[in-house]
Amino acid sequence: MNEVEKIEFSKEAKALSERIIKRYPEGRQKSALLPLLHLAQAEFGGWLSVPTMDYVASILNIKPIEVYEVASFYSMFNLNPVGNCLIEVCRTGPCMLRGANDIIEHIENKLGIKEGETTPDGKFTLKTVECLGSCGTAPMLQCGADYHENLTNEKVDELLDKLGASGKRSSYMWSLKENNR
Amino acid sequence: MARKLLLQHENVPGINTFDVYRKNGGYASVEKALKSMTPDEVMEEVKKSGLRGRGGAGFPAGMKWSFLDRKSEKPRYLVCNADESEPGTFKDRYLMEKIPHLLIEGMITSSYSLGANTSYIYVRGEYMYVIRILEKAIEEAYAAGFLGKNILGTNYSLDLFVQPGGGAYICGEETALLESLEGKRGNPRLKPPFPAIAGLYASPTVVNNVETIAAVVPIVNQGGDEYAKIGIGKSTGTKLISASGHINKPGVYEIELGLPVEEFIYSEEYCGGIWKGRKMKAVVAGGSSVPILPTDLILKTAKGEQRLMTYESLSDGGFVSGTMLGSGGFIVLDETACIVQHLHTFARFYHHESCGQCSPCREGTGWMEKVIHRIEHGHGHQGDIDLLVDVAKKIEGNTICPLGDAAAWPVASAIRHFREEFEYHIKYPEKVKNPKHFELEPFVSEKSLVTA
Ligand code: FES
Repeated sequence: MNEVEKIEFSKEAKALSERIIKRYPEGRQKSALLPLLHLAQAEFGGWLSVPTMDYVASILNIKPIEVYEVASFYSMFNLNPVGNCLIEVCRTGPCMLRGANDIIEHIENKLGIKEGETTPDGKFTLKTVECLGSCGTAPMLQCGADYHENLTNEKVDELLDKLGASGKRSSYMWSLKENNR
Repeated sequence: MARKLLLQHENVPGINTFDVYRKNGGYASVEKALKSMTPDEVMEEVKKSGLRGRGGAGFPAGMKWSFLDRKSEKPRYLVCNADESEPGTFKDRYLMEKIPHLLIEGMITSSYSLGANTSYIYVRGEYMYVIRILEKAIEEAYAAGFLGKNILGTNYSLDLFVQPGGGAYICGEETALLESLEGKRGNPRLKPPFPAIAGLYASPTVVNNVETIAAVVPIVNQGGDEYAKIGIGKSTGTKLISASGHINKPGVYEIELGLPVEEFIYSEEYCGGIWKGRKMKAVVAGGSSVPILPTDLILKTAKGEQRLMTYESLSDGGFVSGTMLGSGGFIVLDETACIVQHLHTFARFYHHESCGQCSPCREGTGWMEKVIHRIEHGHGHQGDIDLLVDVAKKIEGNTICPLGDAAAWPVASAIRHFREEFEYHIKYPEKVKNPKHFELEPFVSEKSLVTA
């Protein structure tokens, strides 16, 4: 591949980003950085490349370093490519008490990867994360914006089969049409 | 049945929609406040109610409001802290998901009292689907004339926006949250100045937890005095408790403050007792950062009094024999749980979440994680326990924000109350190499073996 893909938001995403920027007072457009990074991650393959971050910087009229330092601080932003489905399993105390470690082991066996790795077919990346506010329905995992709770090995199998077959990319962003403001 | 002020209508079908919420008395506090009360009168009711911040610190909400710099020429802001990420806490998520309009109503009434014309709800990024629910609800509120210009024909106007976070526990600290809302790394600010003087965009700002803002609704509706009748002493009103761990019925419960801890754990109305017919070993009563207590000390204070779900009763005995109500994240451990293993997940958590600004926290949390990890996996050294105590002591009180303390307390308290279990790990490394060691063979104190 020698053709570099041009980084630019879709029409829909552009319209949303413009609306988001208007939520803050004049001159405070940098406040839109986190929402725009989420949007960019959803638009450009589930992770933030340097050109993607530079693009966001240009939209907000801030220096690229201001974007890098923020993107690298927050754990939801992926600075490296991830599989189609990013499986994030909570492993903090309350989930651990309800069997999170067994669930993680089960997923590792099923997908043939360890946490932090991506399956060779690029379908799944497995990540362990800290408390997602779902401790009362533990064990749990998040894939994109969806919470999957009260997990059992059977439920996990079903879910992974479904996700693997769907071929869709998981994304934190829900929809680009939801809000008019 | 206990009185419910927040979750009263949780099971009404469609309560997440504006129409159903409105039919069930929703938005009455906005009408009452905007049409018949001055902003200061609203604040007076909040003061009278005795409402304390429900995010964890428990600071009186009315007093916090009164600190807001009202002489400043700058715009004022109300920012809702919905960055719920204290392990064991999921009540705000539940409330926003089930009854989003209660938070929005509270935001309008509170913003009016504070004189804010733009307000933000900062929601942890992982709750993206909750953000969607809130945005829908906000749209409905605009359409019904409860948000936007000249609300209900008065000259009060308010715009309300939802802001997603990016996955950083530290942004639950209010100044880190404001930094994040300004599009920066979530590094806590040095205080003073406090947000009430220079908060968002260096303007006067109040930051309140979701549950705190929601509680303003019943307070304005019934009056602060009425609200203050519920509870005991300085613990007034109701509190949402997130119950998790080894209990029969995990979930979110609204309790009247003053409920005995024992009743909360064992009654069918709440946790329904310990699962699998097992015995209880320990409780973390207020989210991961509060001291863990063994069964005898969570049910009764060191003086032998019944422990109650109040700010005062839970902290009775200080850190020697007490704990804190905190965020209300109530985690129960049964007899098969390994205190060291459980603590390790918290130590790892705080290490991961330290923003790195202050050396004692940045370095100390890493040390604690590593040392606890090696003890748990049967590689502990003699002296590791004292090393942990020492590191925890050196973090506590030596950092800009409370994350350092939050990381130190669980370690210090686990060793204080379960030292023998740490010693066991070091003494019998072979026995703890299986990660399920205490599930296979519950830990028994050697002291009791000797006396038996
Ligand atoms: S500990 Fe897993 S969701 Fe809270």
